[in-house]
Amino acid sequence: MLEKLMALEFTPFLISFKLASITTAILFVISLFIAWNLSQSKSRFKPVFESITALPIVLPPSVLGFYILYALSFHSPIGRFFQDVFGLKLVFNFTGLVVASCFYSLPFMVQPLQSGFEVLPKNMLEASYIAGKNRLQTLLFVALPNIKSSLMTAIVITFAHTVGEFGVVLMVGGSIPGETKVASVAIYEMVEIMDYTSAHIYSGIMVSLSFLVLLLVYMFNRNQSHHVGGLS
Amino acid sequence: MIEIDVHKELLGSMGKMELDVNLNIESKNFVALSGQSGSGKTTLLRILAGLENAQGKIRVDDELWLDGANCLAPQQRGIGFVFQDYALFPNMSVLENLLFVRKDRELAKQLLELTELAELASRKPATLSGGQKQRVSLCRAMMNRPKLLLMDEPLSALDPTMRNKLQHEILTLHKNFGTTTIMVSHDPSEIYRLSSRVVVLSQGKVMQDGDAKSVLLRTQGSQKFSFEGELLDIVKVDVIYIAIIAIGQQIVEVVLDGGEANDLHVGDIVSIGTKAFAPMIQRLKEKS
Repeated sequence: MLEKLMALEFTPFLISFKLASITTAILFVISLFIAWNLSQSKSRFKPVFESITALPIVLPPSVLGFYILYALSFHSPIGRFFQDVFGLKLVFNFTGLVVASCFYSLPFMVQPLQSGFEVLPKNMLEASYIAGKNRLQTLLFVALPNIKSSLMTAIVITFAHTVGEFGVVLMVGGSIPGETKVASVAIYEMVEIMDYTSAHIYSGIMVSLSFLVLLLVYMFNRNQSHHVGGLS
Repeated sequence: MIEIDVHKELLGSMGKMELDVNLNIESKNFVALSGQSGSGKTTLLRILAGLENAQGKIRVDDELWLDGANCLAPQQRGIGFVFQDYALFPNMSVLENLLFVRKDRELAKQLLELTELAELASRKPATLSGGQKQRVSLCRAMMNRPKLLLMDEPLSALDPTMRNKLQHEILTLHKNFGTTTIMVSHDPSEIYRLSSRVVVLSQGKVMQDGDAKSVLLRTQGSQKFSFEGELLDIVKVDVIYIAIIAIGQQIVEVVLDGGEANDLHVGDIVSIGTKAFAPMIQRLKEKS
């Protein structure tokens, strides 16, 4: 068991964490604006946009993976555009994985941020407008600093969810060692070749890490909720 | 000079209601806006702030704030607004709340000193009492030297002592800065002390408009004394009846005869007046 542990490759974990970090950073910027606009919107089309952003939660990863694979491939105008203009190939490599993960994890960033923005007192935002600040200044200096626990939840859950994704990365990334083979895919392959010891070690690491991440979020939010008196 | 002529259809507690207000307010005036809840006071204030749309016209000096479909954004109106629930920014200290409006440290210092908040400048709003929060909110509203200061029941969440203190501070600020002010209030003593003009709204229309004394005094004809109260109970004692009536925060007993007792019902709003006696005044507590 010990020599097995010493001989084990940890690159898939590194790829998983690299993918999750980049995805989380990109999604944070994109989702901030989506969530802010959704939370402030009174449009009757709001449910339409909300449904679109929530789609990745309910769709089977294979459906999402298939569409993304098709859209990014050379057969679609999008894929061809990137190939012709930027010389970028977006499938079966790490860039493609990042793009796919951004779609897959979008709701996990948007939803906590949106509900954080929605419970902010309306008067507080209006006070900022009356003080002469525009929507962007209000978002950055008033809204965002006052939703710390939602922010923490959004970032950590997005990160953890990206680490844990399987179906979409397998379809869009394939399983190229050192490039697109992430931890979850590696476990799948270990089980397939009946290397249960390695699968146990990998899975054990995943369970412990996930538990630690969730524990951190809940502890942080518990501490925050003792301070919310500040919102009134 | 502020010229207001606005209309808006509101969905109130009693169905549709037409807000229809036409007012001219002189510069440096202090106007109290009164009326029952649901009469459109807050909506009028929010329309003036640009937080809500309406039809009509609002002209402030030579600026048009509202003209048909053209509506100046709240950011461009240069107003101050004091909310009933303070609406401070919890992530900023007292001083930062003020400086967020305008980076004018001199003015911030002056305002905090006027309202005795200088020592609390670095505290976060969560650590302040209600009265202190509302004073911060008042200072914040003054930070961009507003052309118009709007206050939506600023003192109604505070206890009477704190209210008194803040009324005094509002008056000090008004005297110092001469800001044209519109304040929503229900408290007659507050209205009398602060305002030079009272506008009473009812069902979206201006019902009364005049100085505090003429609007607030409830006596008619030769009445010396007259109060409005709610009839809480009628008790029969031997051959007479005694009515228990709540007037403001106090309860009084009034003797009724049989006819009156039959005519009145518990829960009625009544007026109690007297003509024949000269009221006696006794001091209970000297002004501190």
